[in-house]
Amino acid sequence: MFIEVGHFAVVLAFALSIVASTIPLWGAHKADARLMALAVPAVRGQFVLIAVGFAALVAAFIDNDFSVLYVAENSNTALPFAYRIAAVWGAHEGSLLLWVLILAGWALAVSIFSQSLPVVMKTRVLALLSWVTLGFLSFLLFTSNPFERLIPAALEGRDLNPLLQDPALVIHPPMLYMGYVGFSVAWAFAVAALLGGTLDSTWARWSRPWTTVAWLFLTIGISLGSWWAYYELGWGGWWFWDPVENASFMPWLMGTALIHSLAVTEKRATFKNWTVLLAIFTFSLSLLGTFLVRSGVLVSVHAFATDPERGAWILAMMTIFVSVGLFLYAWRAPYITSVGKFNWLSRESLLLVNNVLLVVAAITVLTGTLYPIALDWLKVGKISVGPPYFNATFVPLMLPLMLAMGFGVASRWKRDSRQLLNRLAVASAVAAALGLLFNLVVVENNSVLIAVSVFLAFWVLVTAAREPIQRIRSKGSVAAGIKSLPLHLHGMVVAHIGLAITALGIAVTSADSAMADEVIKRGNSATVGGYEFQFMNIEEVAGPNYDATRASIKVNQGREHVAWLYPEKRIYRVQTSPMTEAGIDAGFTRDVYISLGEPVGNDSWSFRMQVKPLVRWIWLGTIFMAIGGLLAVCDPRYRRQAKRKAA
Amino acid sequence: MRRVVKALLFLFLIASPAWAIDSFQLPEDPQLLARYQALSEEFRCLVCQNQNLADSNAELAKDLKIELVELLQAGKNDEQIREFLVARYGDFVLYRPPVNSATAFLWLAPLIAVSVLGLVVLMLWRRGRQTETATANDEQVAAALADLKKQKNS
Amino acid sequence: MKRFILPFVFLAGLVTLLAAGLGLNPREVPSPLIGKPVPEFTLPTLADPEFRVSDRDLKGQPYLFNVWASWCPTCYQEHPLLMQLAERGVNIVGLNIEDERADAIAVLEKGGDPYRVVLVDYDGRSRIDWGVIATPETFLVDANGVIQYKHTGAITWQDWAEVIAPKYQQLLTGAPRG
Repeated sequence: MFIEVGHFAVVLAFALSIVASTIPLWGAHKADARLMALAVPAVRGQFVLIAVGFAALVAAFIDNDFSVLYVAENSNTALPFAYRIAAVWGAHEGSLLLWVLILAGWALAVSIFSQSLPVVMKTRVLALLSWVTLGFLSFLLFTSNPFERLIPAALEGRDLNPLLQDPALVIHPPMLYMGYVGFSVAWAFAVAALLGGTLDSTWARWSRPWTTVAWLFLTIGISLGSWWAYYELGWGGWWFWDPVENASFMPWLMGTALIHSLAVTEKRATFKNWTVLLAIFTFSLSLLGTFLVRSGVLVSVHAFATDPERGAWILAMMTIFVSVGLFLYAWRAPYITSVGKFNWLSRESLLLVNNVLLVVAAITVLTGTLYPIALDWLKVGKISVGPPYFNATFVPLMLPLMLAMGFGVASRWKRDSRQLLNRLAVASAVAAALGLLFNLVVVENNSVLIAVSVFLAFWVLVTAAREPIQRIRSKGSVAAGIKSLPLHLHGMVVAHIGLAITALGIAVTSADSAMADEVIKRGNSATVGGYEFQFMNIEEVAGPNYDATRASIKVNQGREHVAWLYPEKRIYRVQTSPMTEAGIDAGFTRDVYISLGEPVGNDSWSFRMQVKPLVRWIWLGTIFMAIGGLLAVCDPRYRRQAKRKAA
Repeated sequence: MRRVVKALLFLFLIASPAWAIDSFQLPEDPQLLARYQALSEEFRCLVCQNQNLADSNAELAKDLKIELVELLQAGKNDEQIREFLVARYGDFVLYRPPVNSATAFLWLAPLIAVSVLGLVVLMLWRRGRQTETATANDEQVAAALADLKKQKNS
Repeated sequence: MKRFILPFVFLAGLVTLLAAGLGLNPREVPSPLIGKPVPEFTLPTLADPEFRVSDRDLKGQPYLFNVWASWCPTCYQEHPLLMQLAERGVNIVGLNIEDERADAIAVLEKGGDPYRVVLVDYDGRSRIDWGVIATPETFLVDANGVIQYKHTGAITWQDWAEVIAPKYQQLLTGAPRG
C-alpha cells in the first residue's frame, strides 16, 4: 500500500514539474508577478512529493517487502540494516530516484537561499531546474519505475550486489550525485542569465557558491569511489581510468575550470562568454557521465545493468538541455561585452592558462573514453584505450598546470610585471629546497618525471602558503594574520595545498610501491618491500550473509611486529559471487596491503602483497580540496550581499 | 526442461576448474619479473568487464599470464610479445592503443585541443588590448562631452 | 558569428556518435585470424588420447571448428543445433578446452556426438593460438585450411540460416570434389 502512495506522490511531482517548468517562465516573460510567484511553492512541492516517494521505497526495503520488484531484486532478509537502506540506490531505478530527489533538493535550496536574487532571475532558475526534474521524472516513470509490483511476491530477495555491500559505497553515490546534479544549478543560472540577456559580474557572484558546493561534493564522491576501489576490488590500484571513473572525472575537470573562470568573471567582469560555455559544458558532461554509466555503450567494472533504451532517453535529455543552452548562447553571446582589460602577464591570463589546461585534460579524457566507440562505429576495428594512454596524455597536462598555479596565486589582476618573479623569489627557493630534500630523503626509485612532479607539488604548496604567511608576518601574530585573510582566500589556500598533497601521494606511490604475488605455505613467510608477511593460519568464518575464508597474517618489519592482517575471500550466499577483502594496515607514511588468492594444495595459498608508500595522501589531499571549497562558500561576503539586497 | 535442470546440476557439480596457478612459476630473474609485471598490466583480460591481466583471476587471464611468462623466458622482447597477442586477439587486447592512421587522432587529440584553445587565448589577449584602446576612446568621448556641457552651462 | 555555431557542431557530432554507440555491442571482438590459415596444431583426440590430429589432416573440405567445454551452459544450448547440422551432413570438428576427459565424453554420450572428431586442448595452448575468448566459439574453415568466419556465442538457427549456411554452401561448391 505504502509503495503505491510513493508512486502516486512521484506521479504528482511529475505533474507539478510540468506546471513549475512552464507557467513561471511565461510569467517571467510577461513580467506577471502572480505567475512568477508559482515557482517557489511548486519547487518546494516537488521536493516534498519526491521525498515521499523516496521514503516509501526506503520503507519497502526496511520492511523486506518483496512484493516490490525492485526490492526483491536488490535486497534480502539477511542483508544488514544499513545496507538495506543503501540498497535503495544500489541499482538503476532506485539510484535514479535518488538522482531526482537530490535534484529537487538543489532546487529547494535555491528557493530558500536566494532571497536576494531578483524575482525574474530566481523564477527562471527554478523553472529551468524544473525542466531537468521533469526530464528525469519522465525517464524514471516511463522506463525505470522502482515502484513496480511483483505479483506474486517473491519469498526472498535476490540480494544487493556484494560489491556494493560496503560502508564507502553507502555514501559514495549520494555524494557523487550531489556533485553531478549540483552542476545543473550552474547550468540553470547560466541559461537564466542568457534568457535575461544580462551576463554581469552579479550573475557570476550568484552562481559561484552553488557551483563550488557542487564541486566539493563531486570531489568527495570521486575520492570515496577511488578509496573504495583501492580496498574493495583487492588489486591495490586507486584509479583505473575505467569509463565509469572517467564519467565522473570529466565534469570534475570542467567544473574545476568553471569555478576558476567564475572567479575572473565576478572580479573582473571578463571571460563572460567563456564562463557561460563552461557552465553549459560542465552540466553536459554530468549528463554524459550518467549516459555512459547507464547505457551500456562501454564495458566497465562497475556499470549498471544496462539497456540501450535508457541510453536513448538520457541522450535525448542531454541533447535538449545542452542545445537550449547553446542556442541561447549563440543568440546572446555576440552582444555580451567583456569590459575587463588585462595584460598578457596578469592573474586573468594565468587563470586562462589554468582553464585551457583543464579543458584540454577533460577533452583528452573524453576522447580516450569515446574513441573505441568511434572506431567500432566506423568499422575500423576494435581497440581498447586504457591507463597507458591516459597516463601518457594526462600527466603532461597536469605538470604545467601546477607550474601556472604557483604564478597564478601570487599574480595581480589586470597587469603584473617582472615584480612577480621578485615576489616569488623566496617561495621558489623554499620550494626548491623542500623538493630536493623530499626527492633525496623520501623518494627511492626516482625518475625525471617523479622528481619534477615532486618539485612542482612543493611549488604549489609553498606558493599557496605564501599569502597567509605574509599576512601573519605583517600583522605580527598568527591569529591576526589568519583573521585578516578573507575566508574565500583561505579556501583557495587549503584547496591548493590539498592538490599538492594529492600530487605527492600519487608521485611517491607510483614510484615506490612494491608488489609481489607469491605462494606461501602455512607457517612460512614472504618478504616484500622490507616487510615480512608470515602466513599463520587460515579458517572459515561466517558473516551475516556470507561465508568467508580468512587468513591470518603477521606482518613484521625486521624484528619489530607491525600488524595482524586478515585478508578474506567471501562467498555471498545469495548471489554466490566470490569477493576479496584485502587486509590493510593503513598508515600516514605507507599502507601494507595483502589480498588472499587461491589454495594451491599442500596447505599453501597464493597471496598478493603490496607496500604502498604515501598512498593515503591521495585521499587526504582531496579532503583538503573539499574543505577549501567549503571555506570559500562560507565567505561572509555572500551572506552580506544577501542581507544587503533583502534590506 | 528436465534436461536443462540436469545439465545445470551437472554444471555445478563439476564447475570447480583446476587452479592454473599450480603450474605457474613466476620468473626468478628480477628483470624478467619486472617486465612481466609491466606487460601484464598492459594487456586486457578479454573475458573480464574491464581489467588487465595482472588484476584478473579468470581462466583465460591465467592461461595468458602463463603464456606471457613462457614468451619472456624464451627471450622474446616486449614488441614480439605484443605482436604475438595482437595476432590472436586483435588490437583490442592492448590497453595502450597502437599508433597508426586509425588512432592518429586519438594520440594527437591533446595537442590539437591545446593548439585550438591556445589560439582562442591569443585572440582574447589581442582583444583585451583592443578593448583597452576602445575604452580609452570612450573616456575621451566622455571627457569631450563633459567639456561641451561645461561650455553650455557657462 | 561562426564561432558561436562551433559548440553546436561539436554537440551534434558527440550525440551522433553516442546514438550510434547504442546500437553497437562493446563485447563483440572481431577475430584478426579471418582470412588467415588456421594456427598450426597437433592435438590428441577425445576418443583416443594416443591418436593425434594436425591441422594438415583436416584440409581437403570445409568444416566448422567448434570450441566447447562440458562446464559451459551456452554450449548445452547450442548442442541440439549442432546435432541437427551433423545429421544434415555438415562437417564439424570440435575443440574441447579446459575440461576433464571423462566429463566431456559423458556429455557426448548423453546428448549425442555431432563432431567428426573432437580435439583436446587441456593446457590452454591451442586455445590461445585460435584467439578463443569464451566458449562456445565457432570458426568456419575452408578446404585449404583458411579461416573464413568466426561466430562468438551459441549459434542460433537464425545465425545459421542467414549468415553461416550461405558461407558454408559457397565453400562447399568451391571445394575440390573427390
